[in-house]
Amino acid sequence: MLCDDWRPTASIENVRLRAELLARTRQFFAARDVLEVETPLLSVATASDPHLQSFVTRYNGPGLPPDTLFYLQTSPEAAMKRLLAAGSGSIYQVCKAFRDGESGTHHNPEFTMLEWYRVGFDHFTLMDEVEALVKTLLDLDCEFEKMSYQAIFERYLGLDPHRAPLDDLMRCANDSGISIDLNEIETERDGWLDLLMSHLIEPHLGQSAPLFIYDYPASQAALAKVRPGEVALAERFELYITGVELANGYHELCDDDEFSRRFEQDTLQRKNNGGFVPGINHRLSAALESGLPESAGVALGFDRLLMLAAGRDSISGVVIFTVANA
Amino acid sequence: MGTYSTNEFRGGLKLMIDGDPCSIIENEFVKPGKGQAFCRVKLRNLKSGKVYERTYKSGESVEAADVMDTEMQFLYSDGEQWHFMEPESFEQHAVSETAMAETAKWLKGQEECLVTLWNGVPLSVAAPNFVELAVTDTDPGVRGDTSGGGGKPATLETGAVVRVPLFVNIDDLLKVDTRTGEYVSRVKN
Repeated sequence: MLCDDWRPTASIENVRLRAELLARTRQFFAARDVLEVETPLLSVATASDPHLQSFVTRYNGPGLPPDTLFYLQTSPEAAMKRLLAAGSGSIYQVCKAFRDGESGTHHNPEFTMLEWYRVGFDHFTLMDEVEALVKTLLDLDCEFEKMSYQAIFERYLGLDPHRAPLDDLMRCANDSGISIDLNEIETERDGWLDLLMSHLIEPHLGQSAPLFIYDYPASQAALAKVRPGEVALAERFELYITGVELANGYHELCDDDEFSRRFEQDTLQRKNNGGFVPGINHRLSAALESGLPESAGVALGFDRLLMLAAGRDSISGVVIFTVANA
Repeated sequence: MGTYSTNEFRGGLKLMIDGDPCSIIENEFVKPGKGQAFCRVKLRNLKSGKVYERTYKSGESVEAADVMDTEMQFLYSDGEQWHFMEPESFEQHAVSETAMAETAKWLKGQEECLVTLWNGVPLSVAAPNFVELAVTDTDPGVRGDTSGGGGKPATLETGAVVRVPLFVNIDDLLKVDTRTGEYVSRVKN
């Protein structure tokens, strides 16, 4: 039989749509005086986030020792923060990001990310800007909603995600018909929260209007600021539209000692999971020490945005060649 | 006993779940934000036929079901069981109605089928992808409408009912895709 997998999985119409939305994205940021930048896809350091797996490659040539190990970036976060610390002011970038092991209806291991940083913003002012951009690109005129992580768990599950005992989270999963072996993630509270979020809450999110979720558990802060209080909360947000997670933003952590502590926690978790443990990103650490301006940053999955704009259920309808026929 | 990583999950893969052999119907990769990735799997228990969902941590390993797919020829049905024969050894196997499930309605005899055996016991039978069956009953075609839109039901010699274009008549031999249950074409007698 004649092989047919040379063809794009996206229609030519959606290839054009991608070009159009990219042009409108650039107009949006030009009008707001945000600088477009380009940083390397290859780096000797990579994200320590325990749930991100990096692709690895090697360089052989002048300037560096033989077989120098490089990672393909999981996001441009580290490079862009080094640029911010060097005084660039507000910046944005459209680039490829790479995540090993992620392939599905809403995932491709190589994908297009729109990431931007706004000096002087916090996560609330940045949410407003994300809303303005998404409204422009998707031609929406409804108001976006905002709910805290706690409020969303209370609404859909009647649970307080910060205070409910682990047993309650497990019982809620079992009572809702999620069948998973208990010993797999029972020791990790965040694992259970992720399970409930992905199975029972996400499908409902952003169905009537796009929805921001903000103030995540401090244990899920990644590189967001944590606001102390009776329950410490991560100043992080996510945007959902019709059940699709579209963007993830932070009021950025600026403290380099706290950065080192989070790296240690990630390393510990990676070791416990028996996974690969990358070294600390010394250059990012040094940039933070020299001083990252108060800022907020966000990463938006551009392929998913296109998927929504094109009214498709799967990312394969807008990615020209997915990993299955790259 | 072998295992499969969730990365190898795909439709048709056979797993052992709680001591029963199961077949994957659908596998969905889900990952919230920065969190843990899961595989949400829809499975069919091959003993009971029951369909249910199960979630795994992405990358986890699951025991493989020690099942064997064997080509066998369908011989006859005695009303309670369907009898198949292995072409090499001439060994015969009786298959229950539960294991036959939807497959029974495509078979009239002589077809080469893929029979899934678990510990030597037939669990399920897949009909050939395409079968050729004669039409035993259908309404007369409507003159003038040859666009192919709409169509009408036709009963085949095995009792299966498929939607066919209006030009199909009784005694026509049809090619049918058993995976979708859809009419493919008319076959010249």
